[in-house]
Amino acid sequence: MPTELQSRPQPRDGRPARFGAGELAQAGAPAAALEGVSRSYRAPARGGLRLWPRQDARAVQALAGVSLTVAPGELVAVVGASGCGKSTLLELMCGLQRPDEGTVACLPAVLMPQRDLLLEWLGALDNAALGVRIAGASRAQARERAAALFAELGLDGFQRARPHELSGGMRQRVAFARTLLSGKPLLCLDEPFGALDAITRAQMQDWLAAVLARERRTVVLVTHDVEEAALLADRVLVLSPRPGRVLAEISVQTPRPRSRTAPAVLEARRRALAELGMGATA
Amino acid sequence: MNGAGARARASSLWAPLALVAALLAAWELYADFSSVQEDLLPAPHAVASALWHNGGLIWRNFAVTAEQVVLGLALALAGGFALAVAIHLFPLLRRAVYPLAVGSQAVPIPVVGVLLVFWWGFGIFPKLVVIALICFFPVVVATVDGLASVDPEQPKLMRTLDASRWQTFRFAELPAALPAALSGARIALAVGVIGAFIAETSTPTGEAYAGLGHEIMTDAGGFQTPRAYAATAVLFAFAIACFYALALAERALVPWHTRPRGETT
Repeated sequence: MPTELQSRPQPRDGRPARFGAGELAQAGAPAAALEGVSRSYRAPARGGLRLWPRQDARAVQALAGVSLTVAPGELVAVVGASGCGKSTLLELMCGLQRPDEGTVACLPAVLMPQRDLLLEWLGALDNAALGVRIAGASRAQARERAAALFAELGLDGFQRARPHELSGGMRQRVAFARTLLSGKPLLCLDEPFGALDAITRAQMQDWLAAVLARERRTVVLVTHDVEEAALLADRVLVLSPRPGRVLAEISVQTPRPRSRTAPAVLEARRRALAELGMGATA
Repeated sequence: MNGAGARARASSLWAPLALVAALLAAWELYADFSSVQEDLLPAPHAVASALWHNGGLIWRNFAVTAEQVVLGLALALAGGFALAVAIHLFPLLRRAVYPLAVGSQAVPIPVVGVLLVFWWGFGIFPKLVVIALICFFPVVVATVDGLASVDPEQPKLMRTLDASRWQTFRFAELPAALPAALSGARIALAVGVIGAFIAETSTPTGEAYAGLGHEIMTDAGGFQTPRAYAATAVLFAFAIACFYALALAERALVPWHTRPRGETT
């Protein structure tokens, strides 16, 4: 039984404390602990003027009894078919939803959504620094903090570029910089490279591995790309189709930097695909 | 501005000028050679002559009307924008206020014109209220839609960055809504000049120079048709000038939205 952690304070009643990467190790407690979490939601009823409550809104169960513990500094990948509740899992960890059953105890978490959601009217530097601005820094201070990270993330020379001037891969880098700069100890990445072409995606996976090797963070990575999970993660969690439940936990024990063709990576990929019922093709 | 841009600008000016010249020529020929009387439709040369000989009168009335249009539109934009923001932030208000805002567009202004004067006197303010009543609606509709056009995931991202409701509005929703709000402002502006005309002709007035709308109505009834047309031509030009002034402001306010066409993300 893991230690009960304080659940994430809501933004409205005071800001949660900010944790630097260095403060993680000393905690000893898990960065995230989910215990038997189930979550259903009503299929959103669309339409404007509703005169009486709709009776036909269907309840959809997204997650059924999911347990997951993430150690500080660990990278856990969650794979599963589309609609298996992966995004719901991240929203629970970020405090955007409450579980129907079970408990969620996480360090403050930041979401990197599927779409980069960069603000079109801001340059790359200001987009990356959004969280710093929100935390109360002046524009100049926020830019300074973001600028320090830009060279490291391979974004040098794009500081003033507006999102529409950036390629898909570069947009994701800026979105990741925004996620890092939030200062939260837990990064929740929701299919960060899902919309990229195969070659750019492979480049971005290597890029993320290199960045995380230098800048160790606790990461939960949701993806439908089994190879991505095997390449990047310490542990791969395989979820069943809706309602999502944990089918398997696959540990990937091989030093970094990893090669796509390293035996441990290939083995993890094969096992994850087998769990998803695609064993024959691997 | 490079050479190609300057050339493009020159050619974009050429087309509307040619069209205006052609229309004026056709009007001149029709007025001169058909049986229509000058009291009904004065020829362009008669209008130009009326403008020339009554320049001082028209100018002073124009100054009155222009002030009303600019201030009335400012009132409409400020009021419409504020209402849209309130509607966006408080969904209950949307249900309560939206039907009334729609209904307000059906109120014939002369019905309330006298009442407005009773409340606020013969000065400029009742006229500004009339203009604002006529113009605010497109601003509200466009701004509300613009505020709602933000990606539904955006508020979630903002919340995990610990943004307050106000910060989400200030950093994400407000800038996202600006282009739509300005489109609403453009529609408002297009009806703003006729709004001033309605304001002047539907509220009693006690001033020496009552504005172009008042003058046009007086002239049209007093067989001064060329002068009425001259004043109308001034309103016509003023509406166009206002529209392009707003287009310039738009380029400065929302540069990310007015990037060159054909450049997509």
